[in-house]
Amino acid sequence: MRKTRIQAEDFDLSAETAAIRQSGDDIGALASFVGLCRSESGQLQALELEHYPAMAEAEIANIAEQAEQRWPVLGLTIIHRYGRIAAGEQIVLVIAAARHRAEAFAAAAFVMDYLKTRAPFWKKQHRLDGTTTDWVAATDHDEASQRRWVSS
Amino acid sequence: MKAVYFAWVRERIGKSEETIVPPAEITTTGDLIGWLCGRGEEYAYAFENPKLIRIALDRAHVGHDASLAGASEIAFFPPMTGG
Repeated sequence: MRKTRIQAEDFDLSAETAAIRQSGDDIGALASFVGLCRSESGQLQALELEHYPAMAEAEIANIAEQAEQRWPVLGLTIIHRYGRIAAGEQIVLVIAAARHRAEAFAAAAFVMDYLKTRAPFWKKQHRLDGTTTDWVAATDHDEASQRRWVSS
Repeated sequence: MKAVYFAWVRERIGKSEETIVPPAEITTTGDLIGWLCGRGEEYAYAFENPKLIRIALDRAHVGHDASLAGASEIAFFPPMTGG
């Protein structure tokens, strides 16, 4: 069972965990990841997430398909939010279900690394002092995290 | 063709989308960046560092040497920072 959603609203990890467990009784492992908006030591008020809707949908479906081809996942849930997200709020959710933990962990990590470098979303920072806003820069670290799956 | 811009590329150009009609000799995505730069300083500013520009043709990632043939929508944006 695959579920991918791009939405402004928040999501509920417990509800999504319960839903993916309906994928079948062969599931032995669920690996979930929730990405949150950091406050950057109290300096950040919120992030504004801009996205390219049609492409984001296509790219997330493509990432999910690659994960399903690489590992025997029994269920995969990907939810990515857009719009204004305050410090402390949830941004992204990935849950991978598999028979064993190794596949579940790997599939969830793979999906996150690809989401960060391939899905068309951009974060703009709104600082608490209201004076400056700037775009978050992509990191070499994220690129390297994605590349590790290319050679393996 | 339709051109769409996101994040700081959109802010620098000052619009989120427009219809563009490049001349016939513009055949690749890289050619198109050069042509757009000649349209005004806002484009030259947006594309001043081409290495930082990512491109999608009809909602799929492509490089700077991809052919424009048959494409109806081109997107320009900075490296992605979602997740």
